[in-house]
Amino acid sequence: MAKVRLVQGNEACALGALKAGASFYAGYPITPSTEIAEHMAEMMPACGARFVQMEDEIASIGAVIGAAATGAKAFTATSGPGFSLMQELVGYAALTEVPCVIVDVQRMGPSTGLPTLSSQGDIQQARWGSHGDHSVIAIAPSSVMETYYQTIKAFNLAEKYRTPVVFLLDEEIGHLRERFEVDPDEAVEIIDRKQPTCAPEEYLPYENVEDGVPAMAKFGQGYRYHITGLTHNEKGFYSSALPVVDTFNRRLLGKIEDHVDEIFESEEFFTDDCDVLLIAYGSVARSAQEAMEELREQGLKVGLFRPITIWPIHEEKIKALCAGKKAVIVPEMNMAQYAREVRRIVPSETPVIPLSRVDSELIIPEEVAELVKEVLK
Amino acid sequence: MKPAYQKYFRDNLPHIWCAGCGNGIVMSAWARAVDELGLDKNNMIGVSGIGCSSRITGYLDLHTLHTAHGRALPFATGAKMARPDMDVFVFSGDGDCSAIGGNHFIHACRRNINMTLIVINNNIYGMTGGQFSPLTPFGKKATTAPYGSIDRSFNLCDLAIGAGASFVARGDIFHAKQLTDLIKAGYQHKGFSVIEVIAACPISYGRRNGIPNPADMMQYIKEHTVMKAAAEKMSAEELADKHIIGVLQEINEAPEYCESYAALCERVQGGTK
Repeated sequence: MAKVRLVQGNEACALGALKAGASFYAGYPITPSTEIAEHMAEMMPACGARFVQMEDEIASIGAVIGAAATGAKAFTATSGPGFSLMQELVGYAALTEVPCVIVDVQRMGPSTGLPTLSSQGDIQQARWGSHGDHSVIAIAPSSVMETYYQTIKAFNLAEKYRTPVVFLLDEEIGHLRERFEVDPDEAVEIIDRKQPTCAPEEYLPYENVEDGVPAMAKFGQGYRYHITGLTHNEKGFYSSALPVVDTFNRRLLGKIEDHVDEIFESEEFFTDDCDVLLIAYGSVARSAQEAMEELREQGLKVGLFRPITIWPIHEEKIKALCAGKKAVIVPEMNMAQYAREVRRIVPSETPVIPLSRVDSELIIPEEVAELVKEVLK
Repeated sequence: MKPAYQKYFRDNLPHIWCAGCGNGIVMSAWARAVDELGLDKNNMIGVSGIGCSSRITGYLDLHTLHTAHGRALPFATGAKMARPDMDVFVFSGDGDCSAIGGNHFIHACRRNINMTLIVINNNIYGMTGGQFSPLTPFGKKATTAPYGSIDRSFNLCDLAIGAGASFVARGDIFHAKQLTDLIKAGYQHKGFSVIEVIAACPISYGRRNGIPNPADMMQYIKEHTVMKAAAEKMSAEELADKHIIGVLQEINEAPEYCESYAALCERVQGGTK
């Protein structure tokens, strides 16, 4: 039975992780994500899951990947500075195709910035933080309930695509307390990584399979294989042979980019019937939605597109939605990090207008409404 | 006839190391040790960082993780916590372990998870061509210390003991039989075991420091290592340029982390906090 109570976004994330089957957490304290570690430390021993506080964020994600290699569903939670420290190993997890979830509760940067105040400044860090070409999945929920369900999805996507998944909360959602009504025994879809069915001596941990995602054996089940951060062949051993490297890098990108239809999730309001389209995510989407509702009451044709999946970006969908609009407005708590993507995708005849706030304050509905009215003048 | 320990290697030898390198001696000492212990390949995880020594995991027929520079111990920590029933061996080098991985090293010593760390100390960054490491002795030459290093060096075993490691030993590539025994003892110790191995890099270290010949380097190591029992009778002056070899620390009372965690789970599940 679902019990109604007030729950904080960070707690919903912790609850969602356990529901998804998270059996390992490693982390280092950092505001505004620390509640997630605290909840895991309290809840994990009760179900035999493992919690460890590491010496820094690099160690945290290292431990996460090590645990995940043995078959654990493993995750860590941090904020911008810690996420920056983790980047080398985010790339390692991407290249070695070890599933894991990294929660980044975004705070105002750069550097130490404003640790307790909100931001959406890590949108591009989530995509390009680590060196080299690889793809990534990132998710940004807009409410506490959605945080719970999208956390489960984050683990599922990590397992399904053998990839790190970045869970982008902003401080506003992480620390928001709102109505939470979830039946803890509710049946939800849980995805586990594909297991090899062949004999161990025939196992290719990095096989060029059609869907791009090879089966991943757990350590200790007879499939002894090598995981290395060096570019490798299908067996998992270092290779610099040109066709091997090329095929490998293209598969690594393709296994996510080619499945954008399956991965991508979003919400649309009046997108077919609007002159001005708002595109917003995370906490800002709530202000955008309220602005839209008020403006529509006033008779203005405004719509909202809310991407829940931030990466990979659904270019076709965005292009189609924006076609023929008088303007596209992208409010976000950064200097147009998502707007630049929209601008790249949308044909130049449609103006893409960023609405940036980088003073650590939330974007309020009135600001959005004002800009829409100005554009429609 | 192939030696019995051959079964612990994959079929991708020969290795990439230079002639005269000590890494192969350490690798075979490890294989002898696990063969004598009768360990099961299917129950072992090998973890390493980056550098010449860290390439060992590529040759071992185990579940192996060749990680990022300095990060072998965090990965091993996660793997061992997730699978405390499996045996975890970590291979590292002097730069990997004591410079970029130094923070992880001291915390692994403190945390005391039951696994075995083998640090191959050849006093130099070999893979990148001979830069000084935190274990390059003061005054010795390297490509980034062409006039002699002015950096003071760590004593890795003292550092481990200071950080609370419950088993600390030092061996070397000349005393290969003793090294096998030290690895066995490290494995049998319940807790985090550190085994430093004094090794040779004739190409990147020896050539710049007057010992270019691998045989001379081996002789040098033989002459500059002293068994712990003998060292106890020697003066500080006599020991100044010597490495003391043997088991230097063994504390059996230190709580092992995975056991403490399992006990904590039991306590919580039993309703007492």
